[in-house]
Amino acid sequence: MSVSAPEVAPKARSGFRWDLKTVGPLLALALLVLLGITLNENFLSYNNITNVLARSSFIGIIAIGATFVITAGGLDLSVGSMAAVIAGVMIMVMNWLIPVMGVGWGVILAGMAAGILLGGVAGVGNGLMITRGRIEAFIVTLGTMGIFRSLVTFLADGGTLSLNFQVADVYRPVYYDGLLGIPYPILVFALVAIGGEIVMRRTSFGRHCAAIGSNEQVARYSSISVDNVRLITYILQGLLVAVAVLLYVPRLGSASSTTGVLWELEAIAAVIIGGTTLKGGYGRVWGTVVGVVILGLIGNILNLQSFISPYLNGAFQGVIIILAVLLQRPRRAS
Amino acid sequence: MKLATTLMASVVIAAGLGGTALAQDDTITIGVSVPAATHGWTGGVNYFAQQAIERLSATYPNVEYVFASSPDSPKQIADIEDMVSTRDIDALVILPGDPDAMTSAIKQVKDAGKFVTVVDRQLSIDGVENLYVAGDNPGLGANAAEYIKSALPDGGNVVILRGMPIPIDQQRFDGFMAGVEGSNIMVLENEFANWNRDDGFRVMQDFLTRFPEIDAVWTQDDDISLGAIEAIKQAGREDEMFVVGGAGMQQILQAVKAGDPLTPIDVSYSPAMIATAIELTTSHFTGGIQVAGRYILDSTVITQDNVDQFIDEESPF
Repeated sequence: MSVSAPEVAPKARSGFRWDLKTVGPLLALALLVLLGITLNENFLSYNNITNVLARSSFIGIIAIGATFVITAGGLDLSVGSMAAVIAGVMIMVMNWLIPVMGVGWGVILAGMAAGILLGGVAGVGNGLMITRGRIEAFIVTLGTMGIFRSLVTFLADGGTLSLNFQVADVYRPVYYDGLLGIPYPILVFALVAIGGEIVMRRTSFGRHCAAIGSNEQVARYSSISVDNVRLITYILQGLLVAVAVLLYVPRLGSASSTTGVLWELEAIAAVIIGGTTLKGGYGRVWGTVVGVVILGLIGNILNLQSFISPYLNGAFQGVIIILAVLLQRPRRAS
Repeated sequence: MKLATTLMASVVIAAGLGGTALAQDDTITIGVSVPAATHGWTGGVNYFAQQAIERLSATYPNVEYVFASSPDSPKQIADIEDMVSTRDIDALVILPGDPDAMTSAIKQVKDAGKFVTVVDRQLSIDGVENLYVAGDNPGLGANAAEYIKSALPDGGNVVILRGMPIPIDQQRFDGFMAGVEGSNIMVLENEFANWNRDDGFRVMQDFLTRFPEIDAVWTQDDDISLGAIEAIKQAGREDEMFVVGGAGMQQILQAVKAGDPLTPIDVSYSPAMIATAIELTTSHFTGGIQVAGRYILDSTVITQDNVDQFIDEESPF
């Protein structure tokens, strides 16, 4: 089947280079963990690890969606603003429904449904403008990024939308509690990651994404419905943003114009650190997970040490990100 | 028609510049330029600015206000240039997003003969503004330090969650460090939390991991406080420490009022200072009162005793 061509491409390189590409992100992760251990004895403690993973889970879930979008040769810059507007609308819907439904899980489930619906609609909007409207993904999502960001500022009247305290108390455990000692956000992140890996590797949809990102014309001639597959990647992205928000809202019970700022860049960075190619054609969901954990650990390590001045945090982050990608750079054929 | 009004307006301005006293029935235009609501505090600035404009427009029918909220410095500069060239403003009230980047643009407005009021952030050269209205940033740090010293007479460990690396933050930080200098208060570490809740939560979680003994947290901003408080509650350590923020956000003020031991006090740094600035600037034209000079609002310590005078149910901040 011609669509398997992009799958074969990386394997066609020599064994050593392929290995480096595979272990690159893992190697960077291992180095970071080693650095963390030497800097602080509490680094590997249960609390620290669950803290870092739980707060990385939002970016993680969003980045898994971004892996599909980018693999199919697209880009979605609107995810951070989308997350903010979904969080804002969820909070407003829940606050509105309290007089009707009373405080309880009914209200929260209704809020969740509204969030998922809005995520789906936003994804359809982005996807249709890109596939049917034939506008560059960069422009469409740059536009919707601004629209969503303004919307949340408008809804919050320039301030902060806060969830009713009683409802927040009921909803709170969704972020802070867990199953068998593993917080729910980490569990959901893991489930989404496993699901994403299976879809990317084992389904025709995953292979179609890679084929389209690799060569759109060839994919079209191979009778892949290019527009539909692309549209689905944006809808999936929207839905996953909503899932991330379902876990984000119970943490602080609020949304404002600062919610989700720069999440799009973090998500895209995680995807690329994980080995997915920015121009599309090859995607690796497990790599994205490693990329997200690397980004989460960088922030964590910076807070656990006192050697690097806080003024230089950004420089440290930059160096680690570049190193992580450098480690997996395929050597040019001589 | 448009040309005619423009010409007429220019004549009015020219007359004004020429030293002719402005008659009562002439329209005064005041431009108000603020940064967009990128965090809670600037959200408050936008709210209080619009509220003041609404109130003052009703009181003074002959004063017109032009309001602009700009996402970044280049846009803010463009906005004030437009105000001067197309709206013929008589005065500019500006809270510069980045004062260093905007100094020369504001100086041009001043050089064009407009009355300039600068709010909150000091420009990089002196003498540009006619009126300077700001909160007391070093005082905000010093007052917090004073309270922490008095609350921990036997000494204690403090962690600091800072805002963003800009001059205001540095002034607050220096004020605080000077306040605790020589005392038995030990500052364990400081990190930037970017004036928002998510980063407050993240940085505080890591500080809790790193330091087994923390007695007080100074966040110098209430948005950061709210994130930090959630992290402290998650770690179950709310009985070990208290949090001192700043700005006077309603949610924190309610907690102060309720006597929450986690937030015993707050230090005011109200975004309503923009309203003070607009009001004073308007008085310059309507009342003929002298307002030029420096107007520094106190960074008052808000306790359970005086919290009522700071509570405003309507405020989104």
